[in-house]
Amino acid sequence: MSEELCHSTIADLSRLLDRGGVSAVELMRAVIARTKEVDGRVGAFNSFDEADALAQAAASDERRSRSRTAGSGAPGRPLEGIPIGLKDVIAVAGQPLTASSRMLEHFVSPYDATVTRKLRDAGAICWGRLNLDEFAMGSSTENSAFRTTSNPWDLERVPGGSSGGSAAAVAAGEAIAALGSDTGGSIRQPAALCNVVGMKPTYGRVSRYGLIAFASSLDQIGPFARSVEDAACLLSAISGHDRRDSTSVDLGVPDYGAGMAALAQSGRKWRLGIPKEYFGAGLDPEVGAAVQAAIDEYRRLGCEIREVSLPHTKYAVGAYYIIATAECSSNLARYDGVRYGHRSRDATDAIDIYFKTRAEGFGPEVKRRIILGTYVLSSGYYDAFYLRAQKVRTLIRRDFLEAYKDVDAIVTPTSPTPAFRKGEKAANPLAMYLNDIYTIGVNLAGLPGISIPCGFTRGGLPIGLQVIGQPFRETELLAVAAAYEKVTDWRMRRPPL
Amino acid sequence: MAKPEDLRLDHVASLARIALTPDEKVRFATQLGDVLAYVAQLNEVDVSGVEPTAHAFPVVNVWAQDIAEPGLSVEDALRNAPEKRDNMFVVPKVVE
Repeated sequence: MSEELCHSTIADLSRLLDRGGVSAVELMRAVIARTKEVDGRVGAFNSFDEADALAQAAASDERRSRSRTAGSGAPGRPLEGIPIGLKDVIAVAGQPLTASSRMLEHFVSPYDATVTRKLRDAGAICWGRLNLDEFAMGSSTENSAFRTTSNPWDLERVPGGSSGGSAAAVAAGEAIAALGSDTGGSIRQPAALCNVVGMKPTYGRVSRYGLIAFASSLDQIGPFARSVEDAACLLSAISGHDRRDSTSVDLGVPDYGAGMAALAQSGRKWRLGIPKEYFGAGLDPEVGAAVQAAIDEYRRLGCEIREVSLPHTKYAVGAYYIIATAECSSNLARYDGVRYGHRSRDATDAIDIYFKTRAEGFGPEVKRRIILGTYVLSSGYYDAFYLRAQKVRTLIRRDFLEAYKDVDAIVTPTSPTPAFRKGEKAANPLAMYLNDIYTIGVNLAGLPGISIPCGFTRGGLPIGLQVIGQPFRETELLAVAAAYEKVTDWRMRRPPL
Repeated sequence: MAKPEDLRLDHVASLARIALTPDEKVRFATQLGDVLAYVAQLNEVDVSGVEPTAHAFPVVNVWAQDIAEPGLSVEDALRNAPEKRDNMFVVPKVVE
């Protein structure tokens, strides 16, 4: 019973909580027990605060009982009492906020991120600090300074990254859903590798206030869940304009779940674009076959399948690693050992503090990216690298907008390969970067994208299908994803833990 | 475009205020050389007349009302300080 709860969807648990079949405290206890049982093997969490989570759950039960006494008879709010895991780059007041870096190992957040506050306002329980690649830089979670998270489907393999802890926790039943952040695929790729749903909203849809910055023009917070419906529910809760993030967009937030359901009812036949550039060399044959089967499924559902072209796809990784590292070198300049975070004890003077603090506090991948970013912005190289990359970004964005003249959404593999073995790409940063080849264009163009389970390799490793939508039209994107999910049951499989 | 061999690691690390070990210098030079060689393919693209994109959706002139509201208390602001004294951050002497 207890383990069953931990693998349930938000939608099912919400109904169960509503009719008194379980209390928020009982649910939280079950999730804590499950986490203690499996996290020694999975390593999804940097830390969790059991007492705090149970206090939040008790407060939720209290709210529910008050509203019952008031006799409104209305169903409870969908996230009331649901434990949601948070990537350890999203601020939670009074809790550690480490970015899986020695630099912030002992940092305690003085405030809540906007998404954290919104989850609290929705009655959700903010649960635990989930592991990631240091400062969200990586595709395997191996760059964490504290632990390597294992893929629940094969403990010898990586869960993907950078939000590997979030994906693994949801897959392993250690959280009912989770939030991550996605700069070049950091939600969608680990979701694909762990057989869960992961969504990156349109840039500007969700406030970044209280998210530790990596590359500010690309970063976006989004949900991990066990179904498209659950992802929609979380997205509704965290979206919206925030005066504390001037890049958040002042647009109304639809009820994504209701919108999705209405579109499903309408029986709309989608026009789906298949970009030929996403099916070339480097795509694992088993992944390619599973994605092709998913496209065939869409065809059976009556969707119109059209080939489209995104001709600048091959330049996306190059443009990304200039733009993202440039922005990271600027954002991470704040870690200077003066006001917070690590400070070297060996520094001889004020300037030496910077050099030694940053040498000791940052791991190798973060140093590499800061150095690359500093280089491409440095005098004499700015135009050749940074400005050119920004122009290529324009072309990549145009490719997508051109394609959307003919199609409603674009369907691709999420990741070129299933989960790889730990250590396999650790010594070769470029090989690791190329793993993001299908997800990066979406960030450069600012589009919404989702990864949903679409099959398994013969060896039992999950495969993800990416659906890419149009700016600020997440409802349609979710509806397209849900149409496939409804006729398949990949998401129901559980890892052999 | 610049060539990978133009990456003067000592100079750039100094701009980035990071002290690198001799071992890191050797490894980073190779690894970043690979990345820069890969990135050089952007030279193939004809970008003449193309405007650069800094943000996917330009958001301009975001004005906020100038309203005072409570911020972090001094205690909260200093809670994560590596060293503090008398409500201040302590740093090594900067001016003789």
